[in-house]
Amino acid sequence: MKSCLVVDDSRVVRKVARRIAEELGFSCEEAEDGQKAYESCQASMPDVIMLDWNMPVMSGIEFLEKLRQMENGDHPKVVFCTTENDMAHIQRAIMAGANEYIMKPFDRDIVESKFVQAGILEQTVS
Amino acid sequence: MKLQDFDVYKDLLMKKSGLVITQDKSYLLDSRLTPVAKKWNFANLDAMSVALRGIPDQGLVRDIVEAMTTNETSFFRDQKPFDQFKQTILPHMLKARASVRKVRVWCAASSSGQEPYSLSMLVKENQALMPGWSVEFLATDLSEDILAQARGGLYSQFEVQRGLPINLLMKYFRQEGEKWRISEDIRKMVKYETFNLLDPMTRLGKFDVIFCRNVLIYFDEPTKRRVLEGMAALLPPDGFLFLGGAETVFGITERFKPMENTRGVYILSGGAHDRAPASAVAQPVGR
Repeated sequence: MKSCLVVDDSRVVRKVARRIAEELGFSCEEAEDGQKAYESCQASMPDVIMLDWNMPVMSGIEFLEKLRQMENGDHPKVVFCTTENDMAHIQRAIMAGANEYIMKPFDRDIVESKFVQAGILEQTVS
Repeated sequence: MKLQDFDVYKDLLMKKSGLVITQDKSYLLDSRLTPVAKKWNFANLDAMSVALRGIPDQGLVRDIVEAMTTNETSFFRDQKPFDQFKQTILPHMLKARASVRKVRVWCAASSSGQEPYSLSMLVKENQALMPGWSVEFLATDLSEDILAQARGGLYSQFEVQRGLPINLLMKYFRQEGEKWRISEDIRKMVKYETFNLLDPMTRLGKFDVIFCRNVLIYFDEPTKRRVLEGMAALLPPDGFLFLGGAETVFGITERFKPMENTRGVYILSGGAHDRAPASAVAQPVGR
């Protein structure tokens, strides 16, 4: 089973994201900020990371930059999930090595479609 | 809704758009036509059906047909057809149309434009393979309102997140307030025209590829046959037809057959891609 790390400082958002990821067939871990996410990746590198931008201690973009420096840190597909919805933020995230970008609010359809685009999921025939 | 009122809508939709609405889908009438009733100052659908029994306002009829036939869509919907267009259809056309360097594509129910724009972006992304080529998209729909929206190319945040990869959003869209507008470069590749699939098709000209996805499901069998055979007449022997995942030509027409190993892509029977051993049947044996 593929693994997904959900990184968000809101417990509610983590719960929603986790439920969607589990429905899509992933096992899930959670982290409430970039630092905790970094530690989680040191312990075990996930296949996918759903990443918030604004969090205390360490932001999503700082975490992403550190992650891509880690050994095997290019393995996870990183999908930003954030309320930051302007082109400048999107460009910065992609430059830093994000694979996809979701603007909140999101639903299962959007996550699924972005996972397919990022090559995380196979397209299901509808 | 009373049965005789349901029949008024059923008959009207069949006659005007070929749409088949069954009793179990009558909830669709309620959800989609209530706003129309409100707009035209009818208390409810029953009151509106009384007006439809007389000589109805053509504007009202158009609003009803549009409300019932406008369908949900998204960029790169189902993904596979777009992969096939890129991997199979474009390479074929690059060879077969090398002398004219021109390909015409018809999106036969383009709705708010996501399908033709997805194809245009795909062509743009592969432009290096086809210098000097012109790929024309004609996108048609029954609904004038939806085509106006398509021409504008302005989409909500929700719409640009469904099926559209972030790199294409960055490349081909500009933010306008809360919305996203597709670039002029892409918009000018697509020509939009109102068209009813029940009308004669020859005036649209010839096409190399036709996309007609998720439309036939709403038609009854004779209408499906008429539409498919009309389309067959617009395609060259090496043309392609794309249908939706739930649609087929089986039992409807023999003009098309499914292309081998590709879901949703159809070729002309006896055409350039048809490798069926028709000649083996035609050849005299045991001479």
